[in-house]
Amino acid sequence: MTCTEFLALLDDLIDDSVTPEMRIELQTHLRKCGHCEVILNTTRKTIEIYRSHEIYDLPAGLRDRLHAAIMARCKKGC
Amino acid sequence: MSTIQPIAGELEPHPDVALISRVREGDVSAYDTLVRKYERQIFRIAQHITQNREDAEDVMQDAFLKAYEKLDQFQGNSKFYTWLVRIAVNESLMRLRKRRTGKMVSIDEDIETEEGSVPRDLADWAPDPEQNYNQAELAEILRKTIQGLPQGFRIVFVLRDVEGLSTEETAETLGLSIPAVKSRLLRARLQLRERLSRYFHRKKGSGDTRLRETRDEK
Repeated sequence: MTCTEFLALLDDLIDDSVTPEMRIELQTHLRKCGHCEVILNTTRKTIEIYRSHEIYDLPAGLRDRLHAAIMARCKKGC
Repeated sequence: MSTIQPIAGELEPHPDVALISRVREGDVSAYDTLVRKYERQIFRIAQHITQNREDAEDVMQDAFLKAYEKLDQFQGNSKFYTWLVRIAVNESLMRLRKRRTGKMVSIDEDIETEEGSVPRDLADWAPDPEQNYNQAELAEILRKTIQGLPQGFRIVFVLRDVEGLSTEETAETLGLSIPAVKSRLLRARLQLRERLSRYFHRKKGSGDTRLRETRDEK
């Protein structure tokens, strides 16, 4: 397996959607290729960092304004 | 009053199904519960697409109001959350279009057509690299990095990896094919990884933890 072939399957490996046979091939490549190991680990870390950090806080008061707007519609129609 | 059928294939109905039935029966507090459950996700999606705080606030408000008004049209054959996300994505794109005075806005813009190649920056990262920055610095790095992605990559990454939609749901929401979502997701992940490497790579014998942008060492 070449690095390009490994990269084409990187997402499937990260998302755990490879067949057992393919997983063995990918792991065999990883044991020999430090570059692809770095790419795999740091790509996983990239996803994890974006998942676990709130980068846009909900503005204060937005929920109250939305609630008031919903109540206003509700009075008209429900 | 019609009831919503559970999604085919699921053993237990999704908890939102009961809340939606209550809203349809006139219980507005059940809708408040749905708002609280999804407001952060919807705001984040709107902010990622519009890249403007005021627009994102308007989009969030409009998306929840529209979903409330159109609840009778919600068939229950998709999750309420993905239906709501679709409304928020459309509202966000409309808002962008307005800001650009009618110029068409598509999620395809800025997409380069060449296929991704083997990443250039192969420096390994420090262990727990985010700990070299305080929370505000880290948030700024993450914002700046993701804002630099082409929009068509950014939306796919946000829906799929940050907000947890499946590949199929992301494709349906954005009107893209599944192979297109997969290709964009891979390139988004690799581009973000490469850009973050500037901040997170293992520094040789350096205790430097200041927020600074190191140039690619090529």
